[in-house]
Amino acid sequence: MPAPVFIAGLGAISAIGNNVQENLSSLKKSIPGMGTMRHLPSVHQQFIPVAEVKKSNAELASLARLPSGISRTALLSMIAAREALTDTGMADVSSWKTGFISANTTGGMDRTEDFFIPFLKDNSRGHLRDVVNHECGTVTEIVADALGIKDLITTISTACSSSANAIFFGARLIRQGRLDIVVAGGADALTRFTVNGFNTLMILDGEFCKPFDERRKGLNIAEGAAYVVMVSEKVMATLSRAPYCTLSGYCNANDAYHQTASSPEGAGSFLAMKGALQKSGLQPRDIDYINLHGTGTQNNDLSEGTAIQRLFDPHYPPMSSTKSFTGHTLGASGSLEAVYSALSIRHGLIYPNLRFETPMKELPFTPVVELLEGRQVNHVMSNSFGFGGNCSSLIFSKS
Amino acid sequence: MKTYLRAMGNVSPQPTYGRREIPLAVIGPTGNRMMAMEPDYKELIDPKMLRRMSRIIRMGVAAAMECLREAALQTPDAIITGTAYGCLQDTDLFLTRMVEQHEELLTPTAFIQSTHNTVGAQISLIIQCRNYNNCFVHRGFSFESALLDAMLFLEEEEGETVLTGAVDEITDRSHVILSRMGLYKPRDFSGELIGSTTRGTVAGEGAAFFLLGRKPSVQDYCTIDGLKTFYKPSNVDVAGNEIRDFLDELKVHAADLDLIITGKNGDASHDSHLNEVVQDILPGIPSLTYKDLCGEYPSSTAFALWMAAGILRKGKVPATKNSIAVEGIRRMLIYNNYLGIHHTLMLVTAC
Repeated sequence: MPAPVFIAGLGAISAIGNNVQENLSSLKKSIPGMGTMRHLPSVHQQFIPVAEVKKSNAELASLARLPSGISRTALLSMIAAREALTDTGMADVSSWKTGFISANTTGGMDRTEDFFIPFLKDNSRGHLRDVVNHECGTVTEIVADALGIKDLITTISTACSSSANAIFFGARLIRQGRLDIVVAGGADALTRFTVNGFNTLMILDGEFCKPFDERRKGLNIAEGAAYVVMVSEKVMATLSRAPYCTLSGYCNANDAYHQTASSPEGAGSFLAMKGALQKSGLQPRDIDYINLHGTGTQNNDLSEGTAIQRLFDPHYPPMSSTKSFTGHTLGASGSLEAVYSALSIRHGLIYPNLRFETPMKELPFTPVVELLEGRQVNHVMSNSFGFGGNCSSLIFSKS
Repeated sequence: MKTYLRAMGNVSPQPTYGRREIPLAVIGPTGNRMMAMEPDYKELIDPKMLRRMSRIIRMGVAAAMECLREAALQTPDAIITGTAYGCLQDTDLFLTRMVEQHEELLTPTAFIQSTHNTVGAQISLIIQCRNYNNCFVHRGFSFESALLDAMLFLEEEEGETVLTGAVDEITDRSHVILSRMGLYKPRDFSGELIGSTTRGTVAGEGAAFFLLGRKPSVQDYCTIDGLKTFYKPSNVDVAGNEIRDFLDELKVHAADLDLIITGKNGDASHDSHLNEVVQDILPGIPSLTYKDLCGEYPSSTAFALWMAAGILRKGKVPATKNSIAVEGIRRMLIYNNYLGIHHTLMLVTAC
């Protein structure tokens, strides 16, 4: 048996809450986070609903204890990563080999966009302070430095599966004894770059998204950050709090079909789910809940659903897409949903898939539409698929 | 965690594509920028795909395909890429149109190719590889992280082979911005980069890919015996101790090293710091530089590994301007320092 990897702390900030408790409360009360853009200045403000964190940069900076001029992605990352570390109850991690593995897709793009306006007119103009944190890795370092973590720092960017891969890589480092503690997850702020990019692909729903519904029209783009603290058995033995769960399985595969579209049969997602089951030594019937990637696009939901059918038929576990609450937080979505998966195990909850009305004609199953409480949830599968065919599945298990 | 380096491919500012060692005629920098010499892509990449690919994607795909061709391998068990800046040309294009057209009438191609994982994704698409695929984007640790993931993947026996590498590009605009940040020598710089007494370096770019195996094969260049990164060492002594610990852990004495490749980049203060560390910990060992060949960029250690592997296969340094009279080279240490923040150590040994 490989060494277990315990989930000992959680942190999250999203459109449905500024910390884990607020997120959980919104999930239990079926309160989604989408609405009109308030903090991102864009010509699409009135037309494209988004799921924004309900705080200005100045408010986030004060929560993060960082200067407000830096990227919003770094501010979100800082708030969630610090919450996750605090949640472990560990006063100090400096006696352990500790890593910070963070994911994002936009880096400091929110500031670069501002820089580019004067810069395009005259390339000697634009404040360098607005572009100095452009690189994805810089966002990670701002947070790592503030947390005092330096043994291993890296950044992963595989589009919408980025933070699932960060958790995956962190688990590998613990399993192989390279590190004792890993803070892993991801962050992405809303930017005009991503809003416009997804808009050109015509996969944004003009209303609140409806994952896995026959009449789904697309995704709602969103922002947020979430981290888990993973620890080795040795560290776990020193903690006074019980772990949320273990990370028992993980697999990453590539769809190798198209730069942005998923294959109709969900080849990559099938391989990721199957591989994660194999790694955990579980059978499909052992899974008590699937937290779907479920973006709400025609393409993803059909592809993911077809792969689930192939793997799980005829015994379908309860499933839902919590993107019906949070929207699609891109680089943060894998870890945000990992936090929700850990909470599902801890509290015996299955979250509803909001706004579901009409079953998809291609699929023999439908998602859960109301909160299920008091369940025995032993194993949760969480899916994250992204551009470039990058597909990852994680399995969390009761410890 | 010994890993076998079986094959490689390199697109760089030197004519390295299709070669296994540093070419005899070395091309120096013109001004403060060294541009990659791109191969004829037509024989490698389907023209329909090629037309849509930006420079970084072309360079990355070409280096990766060259590597797989040398390995005579169709499908590796994993593809792991590193890139610090990602696809700058496509990012720049989409961003510029977005600003100039006030977010109206945009087209998706540049956006969908702007994501950092595009190079790895395009490789998997071309060779129809559905296996493990990851992408690291951490500044001066981008290649190192990809290499670490590759080594851990093999260590965990998840597969037998990994295609791993790194790619970064310079664009006109990125060069302007980084120049304004004070990274480079003046635009009209000429002369020898290494040994320069002024501040600043010369910008570089390139793509280098490697096929790593869990088990030895008859065609291996060398083994990668150890990899270590350390972050923001507070002073020269701390950096020295990290190097000492690395060698101790691998049970290697300084005297066992035949050659060191260092990341000197021509910036006087950067290089004097590097000199101090190396002379203190590893006195008297012959050393080579590589950034006079590829320029300075965050994932340049991939070029250094390519160069080290070529030297180890022959056992000697090719007669370039870098040449030093050492033969029977069996074991080398690569030590890079990027902006004083990201420090890298790699130990490589001949097979």
